[in-house]
Amino acid sequence: MLTIRGLTKRFGARAVVDDLSLAVAQGEVVGFLGPNGAGKTTTMRMVCGMTEPDAGDAMIDGASITSDRARAQARLGYLPEGAPLYLDMTPQGFLRFLADARRLSRDAFGDQQARVTEALELGPVMHTAIGTLSKGFRRRVALAGAILHDPPVLVLDEPTDGLDPNQKRAVHRLIAEISGEKAILISTHNLDEVETMCSRAVIVNRGRIVDEDTPEGFLSRHPDRSFAHIFAAATGQHEDVRA
Amino acid sequence: MNGILAIYRREIGTYLTGSTAFVFVAVFLLALGVFTWEIGRFFDTGRAGLEPFFQFHPWLWMVFLPAIAMGLWAEERARGTGELLLTLPLSVGEMVIGKFLAAWTVALIALALTLPMWWTVNHLGAPDNAAIALAYLMSALMAAAYISLGAALSALTGNQVMAFILSLSVAFIFTAAGLPVVLSGVIELFGPGAAEAVAQVSMLTHFEAAQRGVLELRSVIFYVGLTASFLTLNGLWVAARRTGN
Repeated sequence: MLTIRGLTKRFGARAVVDDLSLAVAQGEVVGFLGPNGAGKTTTMRMVCGMTEPDAGDAMIDGASITSDRARAQARLGYLPEGAPLYLDMTPQGFLRFLADARRLSRDAFGDQQARVTEALELGPVMHTAIGTLSKGFRRRVALAGAILHDPPVLVLDEPTDGLDPNQKRAVHRLIAEISGEKAILISTHNLDEVETMCSRAVIVNRGRIVDEDTPEGFLSRHPDRSFAHIFAAATGQHEDVRA
Repeated sequence: MNGILAIYRREIGTYLTGSTAFVFVAVFLLALGVFTWEIGRFFDTGRAGLEPFFQFHPWLWMVFLPAIAMGLWAEERARGTGELLLTLPLSVGEMVIGKFLAAWTVALIALALTLPMWWTVNHLGAPDNAAIALAYLMSALMAAAYISLGAALSALTGNQVMAFILSLSVAFIFTAAGLPVVLSGVIELFGPGAAEAVAQVSMLTHFEAAQRGVLELRSVIFYVGLTASFLTLNGLWVAARRTGN
């Protein structure tokens, strides 16, 4: 469903993402881990068509992000880092805008809006200006926008950042519910989440994949160590570990 | 087309739910009134016409329209919503045109609210209504050119104030190039041919004929061409974010 082949991005002489390849199949939730500056966000931006790669490509459910961008983007749901939103809009207006931009019919919008509103418990704030909402609600509105059109591929950059434990559990539950039909790539700093949500974890450092396994696989290879220590050893950046 | 409409609805909603558009329209109308009645000495002309009203349009558009356009792209970049926008299945052209049309709509609403002036001069005498209609049409086209300029320059920065200053500066060049003092200086330095060329890139020059009731095709082409050029630049600058970010 999501196939990344040889993605490369250079800023000046420095390769931020260096010949990175990765495949996420339907039903997989892949944790995309790495220290700050490892190239996670740049990779995600290239996958989503926000940034053009210097080399390589990403296929989104069969559509190339470099040569058939609009078709690829129509099959993709993306939650950017920081979950940026139009603060003057209401969640209802924001979702309506996304539905218009994604050319959803009125009926399809009604059904999908009801689905995401219920799943993310947004009902009470649907007509409140986003600028007045708490960080947790804002994150959920952004997540609702990413899944509104029921895309086969989801790319989520720090989806639970800023949520309280209950809200995090709700997001974990939602991802578990929808993951059967989708390929999901999640960037996170929270290693507990990887063990909870992900079927596989990929660790990147300096733009390259340095290790890859299931959470259980990582732990079985190093039975005497926590996942946080495995991550730290792979990246050599102990200070970024938050177990 | 649906993409343009989606962007247009979002932008026009922002203008209408926020205070920016209302403040713009109110201050624009107030300024236009003061310029027309006090500085333009409307009643002292002794004629039923709107020349004192139209002569200030280029200058007021030059100041007010960059203020309307400054947030179109700069705010997207400042808030980070540009990232969201560029990952939607929309072409850059749809985004550029949708935003431009929304800002132009605000300018057209402001222009439409001056129509009572037209009614007033008809009440006072027998003006040349065809000339007034032409001046309104050309003012609307001139507004489109100023907005496209402001929108394009807004795509270069994430700071609205910077976008406004940049747009105002460039708009001033495109306006003041037609002033007699500028043209006489160009004649002295480079000769009358150069002055004629400089005059032809001025909003003022192309609006003067319309104020006299003369429809000049080259002026229509100038405004439409300038608008298309800045919208193209706008698209290129937005698209460049994909490669440069």
